[in-house]
Amino acid sequence: MSATEPETENSVETITGSEILVEMLIRQQSEVIFAYPGGCSMPLHQALRAQRDRLRTILPRHEQGGTFAAQGVARTTGRAGVCMATSGPGATNLVTGIADAKLDSIPMVAITGQVPQQFIGTDAFQETPMVEVCRAITKHHYLITDIKDVARIVKEAFYIAETGRPGPVLIDFPKDVQLATLPLDEVDFDPSFRLPGYHPEIRKAAPEQISQVVAAIRRSKRPVLYVGGGCILSDASEELREFALRTGIPVAMTVMGLGVFPGDHEQSLHMLGMHGTAYANYAVDESDLLLAFGVRFDDRVTGKLDAFARHGKIVHIDIDPSEIHKNKEAHIPINADLKEALTALNATLTDDDIPDLSDWTARINDWKQKYPLSYRDSGDEILQQWAIEQLYEQTKEKDPFIAVGVGQHQMWASQFYKFNKPRRWLSSSGLGTMGFGLPAAMGMQAANPDALCIDIDGDGSFQMNIQELATLYCEKLPVKILLLNNQHLGMVTQWEDRFMEGRRAHTYLGPVDHPEALGDGDGMQLEETFPNFVQISEGYGVKARQVRTRKDFPAALKEMLNHDGPYLLDVICVYQEHVLPMIPSGGTAQNMILE
Amino acid sequence: MPVDWPMQRRRSLRRIRFCRNFLGFLTKSREMRHVLSALVVNQPGVLAHISGMLASRAFNIDSLAVGATENEEFSRITFVVREDRKKFEQVRKQLEKIVTVVKVQDYVEREFVERDLMLIKVSTANGRRSEIRELTDIFRGRIVDVGSEHVMIEISGQETKIEAFIGRMREFGILEMVRTGRVAMLRDETITQDLPADVIPECSEASAS
Repeated sequence: MSATEPETENSVETITGSEILVEMLIRQQSEVIFAYPGGCSMPLHQALRAQRDRLRTILPRHEQGGTFAAQGVARTTGRAGVCMATSGPGATNLVTGIADAKLDSIPMVAITGQVPQQFIGTDAFQETPMVEVCRAITKHHYLITDIKDVARIVKEAFYIAETGRPGPVLIDFPKDVQLATLPLDEVDFDPSFRLPGYHPEIRKAAPEQISQVVAAIRRSKRPVLYVGGGCILSDASEELREFALRTGIPVAMTVMGLGVFPGDHEQSLHMLGMHGTAYANYAVDESDLLLAFGVRFDDRVTGKLDAFARHGKIVHIDIDPSEIHKNKEAHIPINADLKEALTALNATLTDDDIPDLSDWTARINDWKQKYPLSYRDSGDEILQQWAIEQLYEQTKEKDPFIAVGVGQHQMWASQFYKFNKPRRWLSSSGLGTMGFGLPAAMGMQAANPDALCIDIDGDGSFQMNIQELATLYCEKLPVKILLLNNQHLGMVTQWEDRFMEGRRAHTYLGPVDHPEALGDGDGMQLEETFPNFVQISEGYGVKARQVRTRKDFPAALKEMLNHDGPYLLDVICVYQEHVLPMIPSGGTAQNMILE
Repeated sequence: MPVDWPMQRRRSLRRIRFCRNFLGFLTKSREMRHVLSALVVNQPGVLAHISGMLASRAFNIDSLAVGATENEEFSRITFVVREDRKKFEQVRKQLEKIVTVVKVQDYVEREFVERDLMLIKVSTANGRRSEIRELTDIFRGRIVDVGSEHVMIEISGQETKIEAFIGRMREFGILEMVRTGRVAMLRDETITQDLPADVIPECSEASAS
């Protein structure tokens, strides 16, 4: 039972609002919380301290780091990640991470301290109306006004965050309620609740809908599976594999769906979309049946909507009714949980329903031969793609977890690292938040202490949450960081090269008086790159090394992987390299840039 | 003069509305006015949440009326949405998605009664009070306050009727007016929170041939 203070006068055991909340987190099976204290969350931290044997509290060095770390827990385990901040600036620092979780449908419970209720609305010190701020970026939100509601609200928050289409839930917790007390025997730690407007359990596919899908498969000649994050969120990877392997239908994955189907399997088309493989995009373009499972037809996947999969019939299965017909009209729309729908589909499918796909497979294999993912020979310079392939070769047997930042390195990692299991690949995909990689890796390491956890990062992204190196050291989280350092904001540089005649506009990360700042340099990386990541890292107590040549790289990588503790490998790469293939924004498969 | 305003006129209006709906159905992109009724949990912030969602997704709302229901646990919000069919569906589904929204009912192609309530202050400075009074009677309004230079009239009905009345009053000089926004209720069916949400099966309806 929670820590309680015996009241001397009448010896009735009481419990505070903070203690109830912490006890409820433990009862919701949270194992770790990322929390940064402040004036309005101190009572909560006192309660966390008291329960430190049952719930690990990790102090991130920035609240945003805490949100991504919580996502690291959620994305690898499927359970809601928990983060906490104080009121005002602490709370607003959570906003980006909450918005990120919303767009990628990640279950998360974010707790913020709030000024005492009598000060709410007075512009008090460190007061921000967090519920108002977060309405549009949470799945749901609470402001606790009565200590009697604490237990119920925490239970509801986890239920809402984890069921249906998952998402972030905010609990704003005024300090006076944190400090309020109740007699212990009046607290129900398993309260009943009623949410008349929330029915995640009724989403089931009707048998006739399943038969329609089966009929569509039977009649199809060029079917393609287009699978996304929904497959991972509903734990439908097993069912999807069974379905794909039985039917022989090729599988294209979104950036959120990587790992749902083995990346090294011959049926895998790998990723589709803007930086997807040419064969995935051509296959979708020519398909006569698109099986869109747990996806949302994002613009980074579809490009020009009217032209996307225009030859085919579309089956769209999603748990969220508002996704169906949102961007693209589906011919067979099914609002259901994917795992159940796939189970039903597998049970209904007979051998007679499976079409002969030999011509189609041959055509796809032809594309695979003609347009493989590739990169140039760069002599002794290190190309990011090559570095990632090396990492893959050295770690594929170790079942690692990989987090990435946002930008070129993220896309290359998605292209060149092959994932065979779901929940191994963590990427801020919908919001595209730079700085996601390091704190996410920190969270996944905390949730998976014995696993190999790697952050593949870029120098721009990495610096956005570089302070979390301190957390790695202090909390003994042995995250390995492969820093692909090209001294530029690579993805923006690429767009400058492609669409703005190469005019550099604040995309060089070195000193502004350097010729590269305006794109007038000789294109070579300096002897001394900026900043000195090895020094910074060592300053935080994290072992680090820089590597600049191909011949030194494999050994350096090996050293990092064998190191006992966190490690930063600063890899100096070229910046002229572009992520290809590329379908320009709003383009079609026909507009794909291949070189 | 439109002495017996409702019957004749209403029928033809209904016919027009039907045609419009039908055309909208064919083209799928025609902007239409739909009445939506949402049953929501009666707690602080729900209206802000809903209006914020509508604004952030750039949905066009003509009117929004909110009030208590037969059950104090719930409130009802009536929306008039001006969107094409596809966007209108999105409005409905996005409303449904909000945790505090219990049920959303779409009144398109259903038999329902809709009413606006208006208070209007009209000048009587020109000495035409009796004329105003006569018109008010014809439109089945009521004079609820009489000042030395003005009268205040209460009138309710369908929007077209209210608009027509405003048109008549213009020549006298409208000093001030206030309207509630549309409220609506189905004729034959009772919507309560206990009914199963019909939204989900409808959305799942397969249309493959």
